[in-house]
Amino acid sequence: MRARVWGCRGSLAAPGADTVKYGGNTSCVEVRLESGHALVLDAGTGMRPLGVAMQQDPPTELHIMLTHLHMDHLQGLGFFRPLFVPGADIHIWGPSSPVEHLADRIAMYLSPPLFPVRLADVPSKLTFHDAPEAPVTIGSATVRAGKVTHQGPTVGYRVEENGRALVYLPDHEPSLGGSLVDVPPEWMSGHDIARRADVLLHDAQYREHEYGSHVGWGHSSIADTMVFANKAEVENVVLFHHDPYHTDLELEDLLTEARAQWPGMEDRICLAAEGMTVVLDRDGVAMRG
Amino acid sequence: MSMHEPLGTPGSPKSLPLILARELASNLATPMFLIDSGGMLVFYNDAAAQLLGKPFADLGEIPSGEFGADLQMTTPDGEPVRRRDSPAGVAFFEHRPAHMTVMATTYDGGRRQYDATAYPLFGATGEMHGVVAVFWQHQTDGAHD
Repeated sequence: MRARVWGCRGSLAAPGADTVKYGGNTSCVEVRLESGHALVLDAGTGMRPLGVAMQQDPPTELHIMLTHLHMDHLQGLGFFRPLFVPGADIHIWGPSSPVEHLADRIAMYLSPPLFPVRLADVPSKLTFHDAPEAPVTIGSATVRAGKVTHQGPTVGYRVEENGRALVYLPDHEPSLGGSLVDVPPEWMSGHDIARRADVLLHDAQYREHEYGSHVGWGHSSIADTMVFANKAEVENVVLFHHDPYHTDLELEDLLTEARAQWPGMEDRICLAAEGMTVVLDRDGVAMRG
Repeated sequence: MSMHEPLGTPGSPKSLPLILARELASNLATPMFLIDSGGMLVFYNDAAAQLLGKPFADLGEIPSGEFGADLQMTTPDGEPVRRRDSPAGVAFFEHRPAHMTVMATTYDGGRRQYDATAYPLFGATGEMHGVVAVFWQHQTDGAHD
């Protein structure tokens, strides 16, 4: 599989000269499978340029997999060109709710006064699914979701193909209520889907001195991200969901903090950046950009 | 695909509702017990450890039936309480909340009277994640050591 980051900013799009290196678009990652299927992990503002690119290279089948419905993970959906192709088959997956169907929850955004077009009026053929907590086969991959601690119903996704696993946990506060250092691994939120991943894209929104005033907001400190990754025995960590207030230079300070926690393995930790690609195949893992 | 032990065995993966319940229990002074959907006692907090006379780390995850047998639960009149009829048993087998006043034996050999309340944990799509059981020690009756 080949993953490409189209947006890795958290909370709010943050374009500008100070964020040009890592990008200002919010969460969106395209995963192309060997079978030609495409998984689009989240529908943040990075989905707009993805939609343009996808018109030139349409997938065999398109699955949009939403971790949750906060605006920074949904706002790009209304600007995703394949959505407006008459009859195009698009599958949309998202966290289940005991109260409202996924389509109804998404329609709260895709309807006036927040958006001019109603979800029911888009010309593509949309099929909605609850995020799969048991493994499902999509093309050449196996995909599974797991509920994780964030604000409101939220999942992470694990995508496996050819013996490699990519795990996407963009919004996650696993230390809420207790210390990650002390908790047994199986009691860590997200551990079950992240365990022994080849690549983990994980929330790294806050530096240590920032986290104290944001406990309960649903995001991780960089130290918690690294403890989580270590206890989950992942091979490579991609720091994701950059705080909108963090400039490129501040993100690089954050990366230094993260690498200090994995001495000798610094090359296995990097910052997500728009345009970055991650290839996972039988030969191993290759990251570029 | 999970690479863990299946449910109902020690160290099995824990669902988010159970993880959040454990975090809640860890931050409370009320004795609280957690049973997973496979029937394992998977956690009790420090307040429960104090009440039982044994920290959870010393006991570890065990089938809730074994744990129930250790407690030798009876009614205040001394009638044995079957596992299925205990509050945790009702919550687990009948998927409904239950409350009862019971006598139980602790690991330090004491025998005390409690109010026990248990309720099932259902997830967003109605799936059963386990049971939360809370013990309230009788303040008026005190200990019956």
